[in-house]
Amino acid sequence: MMLARRLLTGNGAAAWAARLAQVDYIPAFPITPQTEIIETLSRWIDNGEIPGKLVTLESEHSMITAAGAAAATGVRVFTATSSQGLLYGMEMLYTVAGWRVPFVLINVSRALASPVTLEPDHNDVLAARDSGFLQIHCATCQEVLDITLMAYRLSEDARVRLPAIVNEDGFYLSFTREPVYIPDADEVKDFIGEFDSENMQFRASAPTSQAVAVLGGSPYSYFRYESHLAAENARIVFDEICDEFEQRFGRKYGALESYHVDDADYVIFMVGCFATKAKAAVDSLRKAGWKIGLLRPRLLRPFPGEKISQLLAGKKGVAVIDQNLSMGKGGILHCELASVLYGNKDAPPVLMSFIGGLGGRDISQEEFFEIAKQLKQASETNEIPAPRLLYTVDELRQIHKLQAIAHVERAILNRDHQNPDSHE
Amino acid sequence: MNDTHFKRMKDLPSTHLLGTGTPMCAGCGGLQAINDIYDILGEKTVFINAAGCMTLLSVYPFTPFRGSWLYTAMASAPAGAQGVRDALDILLEKKKIGQEENLTAVVLTGDGSAYGMGLSATSAAIDRNLDFIYICYDNEGYGNTGQQYSSATPHGARTSTSSGSMGYPGFKKDLFSIWAAHKPTYVATVIGAEPLDLARKIEKAAQLKGPRFIITLSPCPTGWGFDPQETMQIGKLAVKSGVWPLKEYIDGKIIHTKVPKIRMSVEDYLATQFRFAHLFKPERNTRLIDEIQGRVDEYWDHVS
Ligand SMILES: Cc1ncc(C[n+]2csc(CCOP(=O)(O)OP(=O)(O)O)c2C)c(N)n1
Ligand code: SF4
Ligand SMILES: [Mg+2]
Repeated sequence: MMLARRLLTGNGAAAWAARLAQVDYIPAFPITPQTEIIETLSRWIDNGEIPGKLVTLESEHSMITAAGAAAATGVRVFTATSSQGLLYGMEMLYTVAGWRVPFVLINVSRALASPVTLEPDHNDVLAARDSGFLQIHCATCQEVLDITLMAYRLSEDARVRLPAIVNEDGFYLSFTREPVYIPDADEVKDFIGEFDSENMQFRASAPTSQAVAVLGGSPYSYFRYESHLAAENARIVFDEICDEFEQRFGRKYGALESYHVDDADYVIFMVGCFATKAKAAVDSLRKAGWKIGLLRPRLLRPFPGEKISQLLAGKKGVAVIDQNLSMGKGGILHCELASVLYGNKDAPPVLMSFIGGLGGRDISQEEFFEIAKQLKQASETNEIPAPRLLYTVDELRQIHKLQAIAHVERAILNRDHQNPDSHE
Repeated sequence: MNDTHFKRMKDLPSTHLLGTGTPMCAGCGGLQAINDIYDILGEKTVFINAAGCMTLLSVYPFTPFRGSWLYTAMASAPAGAQGVRDALDILLEKKKIGQEENLTAVVLTGDGSAYGMGLSATSAAIDRNLDFIYICYDNEGYGNTGQQYSSATPHGARTSTSSGSMGYPGFKKDLFSIWAAHKPTYVATVIGAEPLDLARKIEKAAQLKGPRFIITLSPCPTGWGFDPQETMQIGKLAVKSGVWPLKEYIDGKIIHTKVPKIRMSVEDYLATQFRFAHLFKPERNTRLIDEIQGRVDEYWDHVS
């Protein structure tokens, strides 16, 4: 096996995955920080380096419609978006998932308006949590490439047949160069196989109606349950695919990344590339004698609840760091985790919630240490503090300073407006 | 129209390809037109539908279509056609399927979708020179949700969201011109009550390539308030009064295909429908009737 290793951004890795998966069709629409993916693919197609057709639609709503319709006609589809784009297409995410069409959508996480920003958090992709798309989160550029390839296998598997979102964090992954192994094209071809549309296609000789209306709750429930059961199947299928991937390509993945969890008393639970920062903190804390680990789900839909319960059984405490915020409730992962742990007899007695990393705000090593400290304290005192919103005194001071400046500027403007000659 | 198959009424198909027993209202002018259109487009089609009355044509597990069907959403049927067309082209190019498996992508939406929510998707489909046929059945309101006004609702019409004494204050959007301004291959207005004119236009559209558009005014007993058996009559009146000009855009030119020799007064048309009843009762609103007549006259003054 020829191993090519080169420096790729997360977006570069995503484009390479689409290339290696030999996708037929790429409906596209630009949005920062995703745009580089479609630009790269477009360049390759225009240069004749790869086959395939890329079409820029006029919106993500149309883009996802075209993606679903093309998959329903019987070709392999790739698409990508981010943030506002994902939300703009939300109606169609739910719709095409119900069509049971397999394809892969890369979401490059970016925080949602308002206020508008370019930097990442996970509220965008978690808004698609209940859409029927499978959802897999990456933490490195290598993962973006490998997981996207696996997502095609997963999505197209006869037991699943659901579209999949592969998530990479904007900026921190999308624009960060890391060394990435690019697998051999023929081996990937072997691994993913030809696109099999099964019975989903539009052909003159075999007329079909797809995505028809239903009358009443019974047929509706039937189709919704079918989708749910297919998503449940994806849990086992993903494990199988990970095993096969490891055999073929030598890199091991799974529904979860478990880092020093086995002998840990305390565990940090989070998704995405900020988990890399948590790993560094775990390393430092371990050096200082802490029994602490990190558990990072890659698979969010289907949720690997049983595995998580097993891995967390007997731990003293778990801190969930949510890079998202459900106003009036708190962290979304925290709720997800609580729902799988509750009632297990050896579930960790302490489950704490921290919100951090919103809109690309860093989570510093000191903050991870503080989280660990609070976790230990809660476990020792048996008092679980209310969810914490990570923010430092210094940050608050900076914001107040900006507000003060804005007020002064406004006052000067008002004064000048009232007597324009005051400057003379 | 020299090489048309449809020279006289008896050339029209006598039986319909579209199955019967749909849940559409009796006397539905939209369904009438779709019946006629389907006879000509045939079963080597995939109908890509947006939310509206016609969505209920295909309800699991039944469909009146002999060909294929894909329901999308209210705003993005043209994008659905893009995906289907592109995928078929890819399969043809890769020789995964032969020409005999090819299908025509036909978008089917109401006016609410065509004039409003789906207009941006349609405009962009024309930019991309998408090879498809778009059929808009125009019942001049959001019919499926109970006939609220849309941007296709005519001035003065009562709808469930314009129930005051003056009816709908806006004016029917000129979608024909908006579509034609994009310079697509073909745009035509038709109506089920003029089946020969309709058949010739659909026949022509079917022979062309690129973006092709049909708007069919669709008298709607339920939304407009008339007896289902009057659909044909009201359709004919719409043409004879000049309210619904039958025309086509092709090669940069607009041709009127059926110019009423003596135009009947608009009042004759308005008086047939409950949605205009407030123009006549409790007292005649001459100003508004004249205004509506004035607009129709002005339109025809500009038709050479
Ligand atoms: C995004 C969205 N908004 C609203 C609706 C509700 N809705 C369903 S059909 C319809 C009316 C569509 O009007 P039109 O296109 O004229 O078709 P008609 O119902 O008259 O046949 C509406 C508003 C919807 N399905 N989707
Ligand atoms: S409401 Fe009007 S357009 Fe809709 S099915 Fe009934 S008659 Fe046809
Ligand atoms: Mg309508």
